[in-house]
Amino acid sequence: MPRREDIRSVLVIGSGPIVIGQAAEFDYSGTQACRVLREEGVRVILVNSNPATIMTDPGVADATYVEPITPEIVEAIIAKERPDAVLATLGGQTALNTAIALHEAGTLERYGCPLIGANVEAIQLGEDRQLFKGVVSRCGAEVARSAICHTLDEALAAAQDLGYPVVVRPSFTMGGLGSGFAHDEASLRRIAGAGLQDSPTTEVLLEESIMGWKEYELEVMRDRADNVVVVCSIENLDPMGVHTGDSITVAPAMTLTDREYQRLRDIGIAVIREVGVDTGGCNIQFAVNPEDGRVIVIEMNPRVSRSSALASKATGYPIAKIAAKMALGYTLDEVPNDITSARGGRAAGGPGGTRGAEPPERFYSAAFEPTLDYVVVKVPRFAFEKFPAADPTLTTTMKSVGEAMSLGRNFTEALQKALRSVERSNSSFHWREEEAPTPGMAHALLEQAGTPTDGRLVLVQQALRGGCTVEEVHHGTGIDPWFLDQIALLNDIAARVQHEVRSDGGRLTPELLRHAKRHGFSDAQLAELTGMDEAVVRGVRHALGVRPVYKTVDTCAGEFAARTPYHYSSYDEETEVAPRERPAVIILGSGPNRIGQGIEFDYSCVHASLTLREHGFDTVMVNCNPETVSTDYDTSSRLYFEPLTLEDVLEVVHAERQAGPLAGVIVQLGGQTPLGLAAALKAEGVPVVGTSPEAIHLAEDRGAFGRVLAETGLTAPRHGTAYSVEDALEVAHEIGYPVLVRPSYVLGGRGMEIVYDDESLAGYVGRATQTTPGRAVHPVLVDRFLDTAVEIDVDALYDGVDLYLGGIMEHIEEAGIHSGDSACVLPPFTLGRTELEEVRSATRRLAEAIGVRGLINVQFALAQDVLYVLEANPRASRTVPFVAKATGVALARAAARVMMGTTIAQLREEGVLPGEVDGGAMPDDAPFSVKEAILPFRRFRTQTGEAVDSILGPEMRSTGEVMGIDASFGAAFAKSQLRAGSSLPTGGTVFVSVANRDKRSMIFPVKRLVDLGFRVLATAGTADVLRRNGIQAEVVRKHSSGRGSDGTARTIVDRITAGEVDMVINTPSGRDARADGYAIRAATTSLDKPIITTVQQLAVAVLGIEAMRAGPLGVATLQEHAAALDLFGRRAAGHPEA
Amino acid sequence: MTTARGHEPAILVLEDGRTFHGAAYGAVGRTVGEAVFSTGMTGYQETLTDPSYHRQVVVMTAPHIGNTGVNSADMESRRIWVAGYVVRDPAIRPSNWRSQGDLEQALREAGVVGISGVDTRALTRHLRDRGAMRVGIFSGDAARAPVDELLGAVTSAPVMVGSALAAEVSTKEPYVVSPPEGAPVRFTVAALDLGIKETTPALLAARGVRVHVLPATSSFEDVAALRPDGVFFSNGPGDPATADHEVELLRRVLDERIPFFGICFGNQLLGRALGLGTYKLPFGHRGLNQPVLDRSTGKVEVTSHNHGFAVGWPAGIPTDEPVETSYGRVSCSHVALNDDVVEGLRCEDAPAFSVQYHPEAAAGPHDAEYLFDRFVELLTTHQQERDHRAQA
Repeated sequence: MPRREDIRSVLVIGSGPIVIGQAAEFDYSGTQACRVLREEGVRVILVNSNPATIMTDPGVADATYVEPITPEIVEAIIAKERPDAVLATLGGQTALNTAIALHEAGTLERYGCPLIGANVEAIQLGEDRQLFKGVVSRCGAEVARSAICHTLDEALAAAQDLGYPVVVRPSFTMGGLGSGFAHDEASLRRIAGAGLQDSPTTEVLLEESIMGWKEYELEVMRDRADNVVVVCSIENLDPMGVHTGDSITVAPAMTLTDREYQRLRDIGIAVIREVGVDTGGCNIQFAVNPEDGRVIVIEMNPRVSRSSALASKATGYPIAKIAAKMALGYTLDEVPNDITSARGGRAAGGPGGTRGAEPPERFYSAAFEPTLDYVVVKVPRFAFEKFPAADPTLTTTMKSVGEAMSLGRNFTEALQKALRSVERSNSSFHWREEEAPTPGMAHALLEQAGTPTDGRLVLVQQALRGGCTVEEVHHGTGIDPWFLDQIALLNDIAARVQHEVRSDGGRLTPELLRHAKRHGFSDAQLAELTGMDEAVVRGVRHALGVRPVYKTVDTCAGEFAARTPYHYSSYDEETEVAPRERPAVIILGSGPNRIGQGIEFDYSCVHASLTLREHGFDTVMVNCNPETVSTDYDTSSRLYFEPLTLEDVLEVVHAERQAGPLAGVIVQLGGQTPLGLAAALKAEGVPVVGTSPEAIHLAEDRGAFGRVLAETGLTAPRHGTAYSVEDALEVAHEIGYPVLVRPSYVLGGRGMEIVYDDESLAGYVGRATQTTPGRAVHPVLVDRFLDTAVEIDVDALYDGVDLYLGGIMEHIEEAGIHSGDSACVLPPFTLGRTELEEVRSATRRLAEAIGVRGLINVQFALAQDVLYVLEANPRASRTVPFVAKATGVALARAAARVMMGTTIAQLREEGVLPGEVDGGAMPDDAPFSVKEAILPFRRFRTQTGEAVDSILGPEMRSTGEVMGIDASFGAAFAKSQLRAGSSLPTGGTVFVSVANRDKRSMIFPVKRLVDLGFRVLATAGTADVLRRNGIQAEVVRKHSSGRGSDGTARTIVDRITAGEVDMVINTPSGRDARADGYAIRAATTSLDKPIITTVQQLAVAVLGIEAMRAGPLGVATLQEHAAALDLFGRRAAGHPEA
Repeated sequence: MTTARGHEPAILVLEDGRTFHGAAYGAVGRTVGEAVFSTGMTGYQETLTDPSYHRQVVVMTAPHIGNTGVNSADMESRRIWVAGYVVRDPAIRPSNWRSQGDLEQALREAGVVGISGVDTRALTRHLRDRGAMRVGIFSGDAARAPVDELLGAVTSAPVMVGSALAAEVSTKEPYVVSPPEGAPVRFTVAALDLGIKETTPALLAARGVRVHVLPATSSFEDVAALRPDGVFFSNGPGDPATADHEVELLRRVLDERIPFFGICFGNQLLGRALGLGTYKLPFGHRGLNQPVLDRSTGKVEVTSHNHGFAVGWPAGIPTDEPVETSYGRVSCSHVALNDDVVEGLRCEDAPAFSVQYHPEAAAGPHDAEYLFDRFVELLTTHQQERDHRAQA
């Protein structure tokens, strides 16, 4: 069928900020969709509040709205743009929920813009559990026995009926938010109570337990001619009970016979037809009873999902891209499989042609099912260390923040590569002799492995190593014996290696070495097993000629020639890396998303690749994160889906050196992961382009950086280094409290704290030594904490001569809150001209002294007119995409060019950078861009089921960010706070409880709130201060005061829980108030109401509330903002684009 | 090469001289056959027991083979037929609730010589680029001979073109597959076993057809004696150009206007009976993911394939136009989307049709099962017409 001619413009709804359960995969899907639509001549209108995405780059859509994804704002965009259709199936649950809200409000009908991809009925059939149950039974399949409940009483009654344990699943939430297993009435009350809150329809489903069953997923595609294909089967190594996003998963399914697999396929196809997903992808999950093969359909998502992104990367079949084509009306047989087809669409002699001479380049359609001749393993990455209070047990609520994927020619190779790809200490299997488990210990380990947690598989491996049988471990964990047997095989190989080395004078035969490598053993693991140094193992291996080859992901198991160089390593015979002519630039990506290193770094890598491809290079991407745009097979000239360890990177470098000239390796853009490899790569003779490893060291090493500061005449807060409690106290007394303490060499503010007294400092130093086990001497860094300072973040480019200031961001929160977690604004709203000039000059001096060639990010603190340098990072920062969007300058592209030797002057001339000005000197009428962090507190519960504390600190805990952009600062801030469920209130009741030091600063903002008509509740102390300033506040009972002697007096926590409070202002104070503060914040977090924990936030929140009350927030595209800002001076030059 | 499992070394020698080293898998010894690769990710047991693979050495592109063991229900015939088996990573132990035994043990019992631990992707790419060719697997003592001696053994083996193999795999005695207990028998069909898979008569029986499975050597008189409502020709091994007896039989069926349905080899024989030629594909279609366009509905089905030969279409005539034959007009009803190979024939003026691929699947997707319904519809309309004529 040809494409629909009635669709000339489409509104694509994105997924908003990165949160747990909805991450970079939707940028990958959305970017593909936007590109496809534009290629088809459709005007693409995009809304997505997440500035760190590739899809919100001005070139990806025709009209890019970086605006909040709420029904009201999206309606304003529809009213302005009048799209012919809305595509909401590529933006996760956020987009789908927004689309349903727009449908229910009659907006879509009013503006005549129907949903394409999936219609509302299909979305509801897929998402509404009761309706879905009907769908499944009409398809001749089963769902788990269940009951829908709208109240806690209904839930209790239903559980009696179904029998404990029961699964609780709230309706219409993403990533399984709020779901869990209830083993008894108490846990049911807790989980179902929260679930009813989380569900927008106040609805939970209770289900019979199928815990321990095998879990499978299918990715299914359908077009409007009713052609259906199954793109991928995925088997979860972790049996039912762990959210699939938190499970180790394997593709294709490993333990199904054809009959069983075809049964799942038949059901999957019947379900997509019955649900009526018109076109596009959906994901269906199954549970299979390992005892008798009984199949239960768990759920289906009538949209592109995290699993679709994984399946796309696992198979080379780009689900989102093809889904977008199908939404326009194409059928699967009309869309090329561009892994195997000639580029540029259908070649002559396609289907229907006569048989004759083979056309030189064939057209292979997307109407087929990929077949794999390799195994794919995905391993989740968690961040429990950031939330020490959170319960680390894995359940049906997703808790992981990222994932790594690996491919191998067998399961063991893929698994071991995936485990090292997640880049966590102890994530890989080990055979350390000092930790060899005895049989007794093995059973204790097995007992522990019975509860699913991060790292359970290592416990399983150790239990097997210690003598537990596969049957015992299967019984204890529910993991299929086939997988366990493969792990046992690894233990056998390790034992053989150890034995051979011991019995043969430390020599390892080439056969055994090759055998171990075929099963994914890293050089580091072999070093551990043989007692050699990793470099020695590598040297021996290379001397013996044992090197990996690179195979190709081709969708067809080698049946047809692949035209897309998407490679993975394997210790097999034949390599498929093709020779090339152009010089290659290898770009090292950032690995699995984690807190502190997320999609922002992928953004820079992607831009570098795209721009260098246009400038004479073949770009080679190395990364292992399946969610990202960087691992899309057509982002770079070549893609290597590989772990980012020294060993794996060196092998890629070797392979590419064999293939043609190598211009260099870029380590500056992927965050700390590739940066950490810089020195070692250089030592191995690999050309590192951009800032040199020595220069990186100058910035990273505290001593060296101190000398840089001294040289440049810049100041850092006073600091010292302590090896003991005594040392620390001495330093603190010398530099004065408060002090910021942290272990040396940390990322993302890991383990950082601000302490105000000796007692806390001594406690910290004691604990800090536990953070870094295995290191003999590990100092603690003690810095004077500038508690009233304004924090400033700068992103700049330096080429050795010129400095280009990308942007200067002023933090809204005071120093002490990790820059990743604090809101910031560009241009800076309180800094004067001289201060900005000082920042510029300091940045230039630092860039010069360090020897930066490319990007540098500097964090400054301004206190009492003194500019302090907090840190300098000679690499792409988290804020590069935000700065690019706020200023309309492609900073990452310029950075990549500078690294390859182009000067800033040339880039200004070419028009890549503005000719005269830069982002550090924004015009007075520039719009304000506010970046706000998104925090995952609602995801986590303590072991007793309480919310975890939402207080911000020097340790970063946000998973993503949103951007609000508007001509007025207040409106920009309001937009940054606006999202489904939690926004600034425009009226109602606020509760105020602030620390003594903040009481003075709170008066004016609170007064303003009262003037705006807010009712104020306050604790006694705060209320006194307010009353003295003429502000009437109702005094409420502290949580710690309890409910009085008769138990009826209501505390503030009770009133928050009852929904009587619309916004909470609670700045943390000393220890005494902490327990109260925690309970208040926990209650507020549970209800998802706005909570303000600093006075600076309060002041700007009031501005935001005023902006919201002044009338509906306006919407404008990034293209419009950039044209108004006009850094490139196009208006003056009479440029037609202006 | 991997010898981790304590297996003897083995060597695979292709007729063009390329060799692969690995470990013995299944029986130890020597075997020679035609090297073909199969890209299915599931259903190794159905593949091994498919008689169409007789005399072929099958290379599995899926790396892990044997994970679900073997069981009696997934046998597609009475035995394993492949001449040799090439895998990368055989399962150490099977794991599946239906498993009754270990695959390697089953191969050993069937005397099938295999090899494991080879770069099956490299081998597959070689066959894709150079075409199907003869291959030998040598393990144990047989592997110790010099390579040119082994190569000599490979090149002196018979080639597939010109091989008549159906009679070697066909049942020796006729047998009947009936609809399930209590279900009415609506039709009787004579099925010529050229290498039939068990699922095929089972799917017909499930539709009310009593299936008389006959040896490949049966005469038209043997068929006519059953007074069948329809005739079916199965899949099977070998070169269709050699099957003159079966083609003659089929022409008699067409002459008598007995409804006919053919699968795979049966499709090639219908082509020959209609006067169309057959030819050998460079490396064949073997997998479970092959897209086929049904021209009558415009829909694409994902199908199970196993064929090295195909029906040729007369030069100069597009496959979407019918050709004139001695039995009237014939259409190409189905076409392979990947390479435009004729995947189905429909006689417009005679009650006969056939497909080149496997609607019975086993292994593979069930998308094409509707073809059995089409056959039953053909039987129904034909019977109505016959009754009508009888009444008139």
